Amino acid sequence: MKKYDKLVKNAAGRMVPTIINGENHIPFQGVGKYNPTGRRYGPKIPTCNDFPDGNKEVSTLKEALINAGIKDGMTISSHHHFRNGDLIAKQVFDIAHDLGIKNLRWFPSASFPCQEELIKYLEDGTINRIEGSMNGPLGKFTSEGKMKGLSILRSHGGRYQAVQDGEVKIDIAIIAAPTADTFGNANGVNGDAACGLLGFALADSQYAEKVIVVTDNLVPFPCIPWQIQGNYVDFVVKVDKVGLPEKIISGTTQITKSPDRLLIAEITADFCEKTGLIYDGFSYQAGAGGTALSIGNYFGDILRKNNWKARFIRAGSNQYPVELLEEGLVEYILDGQTFDLEGVRSMRENPNHVNTSPFTSYNFHSKGNFAQLVDIVVLGATEIDVDFNANVVTHSDGYLLHGIGGWQNCLAAKTTIMPIPLFRDRIPVIRDRVTTLCAPGELIDVIVTERGIAINPLRKDLIQKARVSGIELKTIYQLKEEAEKICGVPEEVKLSDEIVSVIKWVDGTVIDSVKKVITE
Amino acid sequence: MEKIGLAGNYASGVKSDCLVHFESTKSGGIQIEINSKVKAMFGISMEKLANEILDYFGIENAILKIDDTGAVEFVLAARIEAAIKKVIPSNNEFLLEMLDENKTATKKDDFRFSRLYLPGNTPKLMLNAGIHKPNALILDLEDAVAPNKKDEARFVVRNALRGLDFHGAERMVRINQIPNGLDDLEFIVPHFVNLILIPKCESAKDIISVNQRIDKIKKREKLNHDIWLMPIIESAKGVMNAYEIVKAADNISSMAIGLEDYTADIGTLRTKSGTESLFARNMIVTASIAAGVQPIDSVFSDISDMKGLAENVKVSKNLGFSGMGCIHPRQIRVIHENFAPDNLEIEKAKGIVIAFNDAKKKGLGVVSMGSKMIDAPVVKRALNTITAAINTGKLQADWMDN
Repeated sequence: MKKYDKLVKNAAGRMVPTIINGENHIPFQGVGKYNPTGRRYGPKIPTCNDFPDGNKEVSTLKEALINAGIKDGMTISSHHHFRNGDLIAKQVFDIAHDLGIKNLRWFPSASFPCQEELIKYLEDGTINRIEGSMNGPLGKFTSEGKMKGLSILRSHGGRYQAVQDGEVKIDIAIIAAPTADTFGNANGVNGDAACGLLGFALADSQYAEKVIVVTDNLVPFPCIPWQIQGNYVDFVVKVDKVGLPEKIISGTTQITKSPDRLLIAEITADFCEKTGLIYDGFSYQAGAGGTALSIGNYFGDILRKNNWKARFIRAGSNQYPVELLEEGLVEYILDGQTFDLEGVRSMRENPNHVNTSPFTSYNFHSKGNFAQLVDIVVLGATEIDVDFNANVVTHSDGYLLHGIGGWQNCLAAKTTIMPIPLFRDRIPVIRDRVTTLCAPGELIDVIVTERGIAINPLRKDLIQKARVSGIELKTIYQLKEEAEKICGVPEEVKLSDEIVSVIKWVDGTVIDSVKKVITE
Repeated sequence: MEKIGLAGNYASGVKSDCLVHFESTKSGGIQIEINSKVKAMFGISMEKLANEILDYFGIENAILKIDDTGAVEFVLAARIEAAIKKVIPSNNEFLLEMLDENKTATKKDDFRFSRLYLPGNTPKLMLNAGIHKPNALILDLEDAVAPNKKDEARFVVRNALRGLDFHGAERMVRINQIPNGLDDLEFIVPHFVNLILIPKCESAKDIISVNQRIDKIKKREKLNHDIWLMPIIESAKGVMNAYEIVKAADNISSMAIGLEDYTADIGTLRTKSGTESLFARNMIVTASIAAGVQPIDSVFSDISDMKGLAENVKVSKNLGFSGMGCIHPRQIRVIHENFAPDNLEIEKAKGIVIAFNDAKKKGLGVVSMGSKMIDAPVVKRALNTITAAINTGKLQADWMDN
């Protein structure tokens, strides 16, 4: 089977394949242009006849996989709530390898450096491809064209959409859970390995043919709260250790100490205050990453000063938004994933710290999602071009280095701001054309750099407000020139014509392809 | 003479820099090896620059290796030149074009509330320093540079004076202690440095020797812009000679105190309350004011303690200082806010300026407020206060129209 076939130019002017790993895909048609038809996908109808006593415990993961019918070419899914502390995904593929199974599709909600060891299974054919995210060593492996199948990158919302629409049919879902009962009810807030919530596994539980819950904390029925409902679950396995919660904390969950980034954060908060984007009852997305976190802190200062409250924060939560919630400056945290143990504690203790899933927050093929209701979203990017298009997955040299995460989905917010250094170690962020298109420029409103602010010309209202409040604006061309004066004009990076990955838009269409990197 | 010339830094954690390895060979032409994380985007221009420099120094056979973490052009050029000169000394200099905005002069009484120290051999910290809006940036050749890196730092500092965007900050360099520091002048005087800090200054002779060398270079290079001096007093002897030092030349714009070395010299520890250095600080203020120059306070070294810094600045201002050094960009705003005139001072200054303008309009030779006569220095000080208030955002520039 060819990895891909039939390249066409999509509505964004990017060349994308229409046949990927033997399946048909639709090219991007423009923001809001593609309307799906048909009905949601459904797995086979199960029956209680097969679960007479409701006890689904089996003794090993291997037994569960065999009972689930693992075989060549299947799709195995997993979630990333343990982030870099995941222990289970690797075990699954160790077992598959031992059983001599080949050509699996791994469908994680994200991958992390701890999963680097899976490269050997990508090399020996146990795993055919990853559809999820590819960072670090997995990114390098993929970018150099070594993956057997073609990888696909989706946003968190796009992953839910792909599962719901039947674009990706999960054969076996593996749900690592800090606490579960033998019926299969599970949650992330209790147990030694508490990771907060299990929202990324929701689609997997609902739509997979077979669902395996793996836990190290088996409690008698009922496991409360049941973030994952046992009614979807086929097997429950108890292991010694399900994950390393201390590794949930990634390096980007501390407020930045860099004076340059703090300055960018200050300028961003000041912009939001002066243009009236912050008001009593507003809402914002506080992402991970040092700059975003300090922006959240400055937002807190503004709320405190005015005696205002934010109605809700959309999070990735960690200690900082939790402090705002507990101080009463914020009414709700609507949380998609916890980034540290303070986030986990708060979710366990505080009913206003709510666990959400990509269905409620991000799924584009639903009757609205709440990303649309957020006032301000603050996002990073590796590159932005003069048309405000942005790239979040590849480095300027072409290497895959980040997943999409909820990034594409957040663009639905009322105002999207990208606070970004104008250059990083001589690499200018603003380019003539992004290496990989992940977001159409029409959805990005403001670029804040240490050397000035540029507003998307489409946002005439915001430009007007900024002018009235005396904020100095630059054009994106001026910012680009300023960076190039310091760094020099970058040479065009030569990439192979071969495609190693495709990027999905939130509606399941293909927005861009990632080219293979040429290695000397 | 060395066989292999090394210049620059390449280690984990080092960014925006490079390590250049130069080896002169007998044959084989020029071999350039580039290992860089930005090679895909700047490999061709890096090689071009390297060839240009080798060609400029007439080198036909050599091995040049560059390990790079994103050094910008002026840094890369400084590293290559320094590495070559370790093997093949030359009086020629490879100079990149000077930014037009770096050809501006400053005035003797420009505000010098804050001046940010930048280690002269650490390019990463230089690139964004100006955006934090200090009154001045100091490229430091002295204490912030390791002894074995002094030579190569001069090339970086020279190139930075020409090619770094200072975002309007005054361009200062701290040279090494005299006499070693005299040779530093060759690298900075021809490149539009605005002010030179002379560390560990103990006598008028230090000032005179610096000025003699400056004059020689200016004459040779046909330069006529002002170069100001700021002696730093860092010893008991220096304190006792402060007035002699500050009176030694007309181009001294300010005099600073360096308390880390001073307290070591008198055998005590530096405390936050600063009682141990009260006399020295009073002396610096008094000598400076008597000579008509700005007295400048020492740096506050705890970069995490912004409250302590604010307190320190208030004390400093009350003692009569008109500025202080900083070692971290986050200190700049705290220093400005606390050195800036307070509302009472601003109101008083406004009254004086208005009275002065009225008198001028009426053609009166004498300015008075109520029954009080106001003499010229008071008016000048009031005008300075108004400018400071405007510069620190405490007063609108068009306050007189409102």
